[in-house]
Amino acid sequence: MIRILLPYHLRTLACVEGEVDLDVSGDVTQRSVLAALEARYPMLRGTILDHQTQQRRPYVRFFACQEDLSHESLDSPLPEAVATGSEPLLVVGAVAGG
Amino acid sequence: MNGVRVLVGTRKGAFVLTADGKRKQWDVSGPHFTGWEIYHVKGSPADPNRLYASQSSSWFGQLIQRSSDGGKTWEAVGNEFAYDGAPGTHQWYDGTPHPWEFKRVWHLEPSLSDPDTVYAGVEDAALFRSADGGKQWQELSGLRGHGSGPHWQPGAGGMCLHTILIDPADPQRIFIAISAAGAFRSDDGGGTWKPINRGLRSEMMPNPEAEVGHCVHRIAMHPSRPSVLFMQKHWDVMRSDDAGESWREVSGNLPTDFGFPIEVHAHEPETIYVVPIKSDSEHVPPGGKLRVYRSRTGGNEWEALTKGLPQRDCYVNILRDAMAVDSLDPCGVYFGTTGGQVYASADSGDGWDAIVEHLPPVLSVEVQTLP
Repeated sequence: MIRILLPYHLRTLACVEGEVDLDVSGDVTQRSVLAALEARYPMLRGTILDHQTQQRRPYVRFFACQEDLSHESLDSPLPEAVATGSEPLLVVGAVAGG
Repeated sequence: MNGVRVLVGTRKGAFVLTADGKRKQWDVSGPHFTGWEIYHVKGSPADPNRLYASQSSSWFGQLIQRSSDGGKTWEAVGNEFAYDGAPGTHQWYDGTPHPWEFKRVWHLEPSLSDPDTVYAGVEDAALFRSADGGKQWQELSGLRGHGSGPHWQPGAGGMCLHTILIDPADPQRIFIAISAAGAFRSDDGGGTWKPINRGLRSEMMPNPEAEVGHCVHRIAMHPSRPSVLFMQKHWDVMRSDDAGESWREVSGNLPTDFGFPIEVHAHEPETIYVVPIKSDSEHVPPGGKLRVYRSRTGGNEWEALTKGLPQRDCYVNILRDAMAVDSLDPCGVYFGTTGGQVYASADSGDGWDAIVEHLPPVLSVEVQTLP
């Protein structure tokens, strides 16, 4: 089981509280986790990955295990602790704007 | 008794203001989608409980929200706006080619007859259509691809398609406007388009009378007379009596002919409203006095409407989609400011009241007249 913590606005949009738990088959990567997330919550499509480029939106960041994973390949394996569910993948809205 | 529902989009959410036909006591609902930019909310003429809202943020992009109960509850529908084919380029601010990139939906225009059909005007400028209640969107690419697209360029607010007018007598005829490209018309339901900018003159352009490149801020029509169009251009208030084939200036005695919104009285097709703003470099009311100007002669002769509006120390702006009318009698006129006030007049503009005063900056105002 994979644990994901979404930022406030996306939790509101998806009508969830706290973390989201997902089952991901195959390799546990940013791409596979986000695909499972979007399949469960279709309203999140386009809010984390850009619809056209399928790349991370610039003001969205990924963290886990005290590390910034934002610039890792979407297809790189996530840390073992995320894959086993002992640590959450944090989707973070950048501190910006007014 | 008749009532009105005012749909307000702001920098930090949407608000729904309702009143009975007297338009004296207002109930404020919201914010909906708190913290998100709501560029526009509009109801279906065919089903007043069907609303569409454009919700966006720099972080999480574009969403479209749909309500089927007059704004009490909402559901996110489709938000994929993919340009048809290779997007190509338009002009950047410095005149160099720049790839077309989707940024946001500025305006949603529901069909006059089908609650599930809705048009979206987007930045970078293009027109999209959904026929399934907003779930899926297809570009009407004949507009962007008709030939002049590489010469369009963004205004200060971005290269936005902000106005969509559907001819009530002939729904195949659609007018749109883009900053800064100009006005365009389709006579075949959006398949093919032609620029309709003859008579516009924009001194900031290398060729002031070029076919495209004009910074049109807003176009309005009266539904009973769809061949008569009124335009607030960047500078100049303009009028066309031939569905945009030609335009003539009707700025007349306005204190300044710069501004953003323009509206037509619900029952008097020759009565129009603008809000003069000092200049494109200052974006404030002249002299700190917030004044709506009304012409009862279709332009040229204008009167200042001041009763109930601040006449000192007022430096708000009124954006292009932030004015609307109801269809009660007398006609109600409404506008929202960047200072967060929504003003309403229940007597065609003679007197005004702030019906809500401390909202986030107002981006859009639409009004539904309810049975």
